[in-house]
Amino acid sequence: MRNPVRTTITYVLLILLTVLVLTPLFWVVSASFKPSGEIFSYPPTFLPQDPTLENFTRLFQEMPIVQYVVNSTFLATSHTLLLLAIATMGGFAFAKYSFRGRGVLFAIVLASMMIPFHLVLVPLFTLLYQFGWLDTYQGVILPYLASSGFGVFLMRQFILGVPSDLLDAARIDGTSEFGIYWRVIIPAVKPAMGALSIFGFLGAWNEFLWPMIVLRDAAKYTLPLGLASLVGVYRQEYGMLMAGTLLSILPILALFLAMQREFVQGITLGAVKE
Amino acid sequence: MKPRYAPYFFLAPFFTLFTVFMVYPLFDSIRLSTYSVRGMQNQTFVGLENIERLIADPLFWTALWNTAYFAAGSLLLQLPVALALALLLSNARLKGRNLFRLSFFSPVLISGVFIAVIFYLLYDRRYGLVNRVLGSEIQWLQDPDLVMPALVLAGVWRWAGFNMVYFLAGLQSIRQELYEAAAVDGAGPWQSFVHVTIPALKPVIAFVVITSMIGSFQLFDLPYVLTEGGPGNASMTMVMYLYKHGFEFINLGYAATIGWALAVIIGVISIIQVRLFGVFREN
Repeated sequence: MRNPVRTTITYVLLILLTVLVLTPLFWVVSASFKPSGEIFSYPPTFLPQDPTLENFTRLFQEMPIVQYVVNSTFLATSHTLLLLAIATMGGFAFAKYSFRGRGVLFAIVLASMMIPFHLVLVPLFTLLYQFGWLDTYQGVILPYLASSGFGVFLMRQFILGVPSDLLDAARIDGTSEFGIYWRVIIPAVKPAMGALSIFGFLGAWNEFLWPMIVLRDAAKYTLPLGLASLVGVYRQEYGMLMAGTLLSILPILALFLAMQREFVQGITLGAVKE
Repeated sequence: MKPRYAPYFFLAPFFTLFTVFMVYPLFDSIRLSTYSVRGMQNQTFVGLENIERLIADPLFWTALWNTAYFAAGSLLLQLPVALALALLLSNARLKGRNLFRLSFFSPVLISGVFIAVIFYLLYDRRYGLVNRVLGSEIQWLQDPDLVMPALVLAGVWRWAGFNMVYFLAGLQSIRQELYEAAAVDGAGPWQSFVHVTIPALKPVIAFVVITSMIGSFQLFDLPYVLTEGGPGNASMTMVMYLYKHGFEFINLGYAATIGWALAVIIGVISIIQVRLFGVFREN
């Protein structure tokens, strides 16, 4: 950055690109507070001339939006907790034990990361039918967790860094294997669990196709499902659609801002190490 | 619990779920693809009829073409954009670096459904921001020639920031001495980019190319909400076509066949790319 011309060009480009990326989001925020007439005014207004909460009140009156938020939160939270348990346990086994079949099993985990979940939509659907799990939350959550291979891999990478001496010291003190997992490993990998929980939460909060296939009862819908059904009915009600979009982005944005450091750390570990 | 059983105990949750909800369905979909399944109770064995039908199905080829178009567009447009963003942000002394990075990353946080809603408004013929900036009245989503490019652009907006994070991490792991050595040898910025940056980034590039390919071939929510596969079938994708047969026409056997076709295509492409990049060669 010694070259002032290069520095200036870098900043100009960065600011232009930021404007380009953020404009659609700014548009969402702005349109959520515009009365319906103003969204279609010409020339367009960037800030609402006559800000109103009408879109939000209508959204709450005409849609069970609170229910959707509750459902999405429940679903994403349960998914995340289960993912954390599966991934830390699996990662612990691969990182700190040598056992028969470790190489093969780890190769299976790596290969599972390459299998797109959407390939098995149809057979999964018939399986859930046989289980009687259609239109249930376990039907949404458990099959989705079959794709936890990435989490197992990620946690293995972090747990490899926990000194084995700590584990041996605990064993000499008579701690059980599960006790070691719970009292040594878990506290040591809390930051990594932060990264993984954002992955899990984000994925489950935003997933659309799978819950759409499993859930029938509109009272069980998540936010994306609820909004998608709104698109069908209110194609021209941009204000309401934008208000709904804004409401669904806010929780995830707050979570992300709170855990940004862990997330960037976690996202890059898989690509760079090994 | 004896220590020698402990690892199996810890691995049981993952492998149980993986077997029940991934391995078994993969095999079951081979079985399903040889049946005509109309509803859960009505299954007739038809052998290879579904595969013959698939090969002769022009709509399947349209869906494959559109999906491949999106994947190629992502590769050629989105990845260079992602790399450019990472290069711009790679200087650690840059002021406001976190803020820029967060801005570029923010679309990743949003569900595809909402991105579709946002772009529905952006691409509107009269009121959309895109046409207003261009001073045009282009029907982006109603023109069969423009709908896929419009989706590719939405894809760039959505995913470039995500892949940027990978490139950024890759750039930070390149040792500074390599650049200094190149400078001593008289290399300009472009030469050191080609001869130092790109080779050092190879593992990251391989990772990003393969994951974006797999992701692109599963494109669903954007066209589903934005265009419903239209106009005509100009934005029909493979997962949408699978969804239509499986869950709208309740033709599960044929949908399972489409799923297998998708699996084979993704598998072949991944293998070619793994070979090309020589990803696992060192291990």
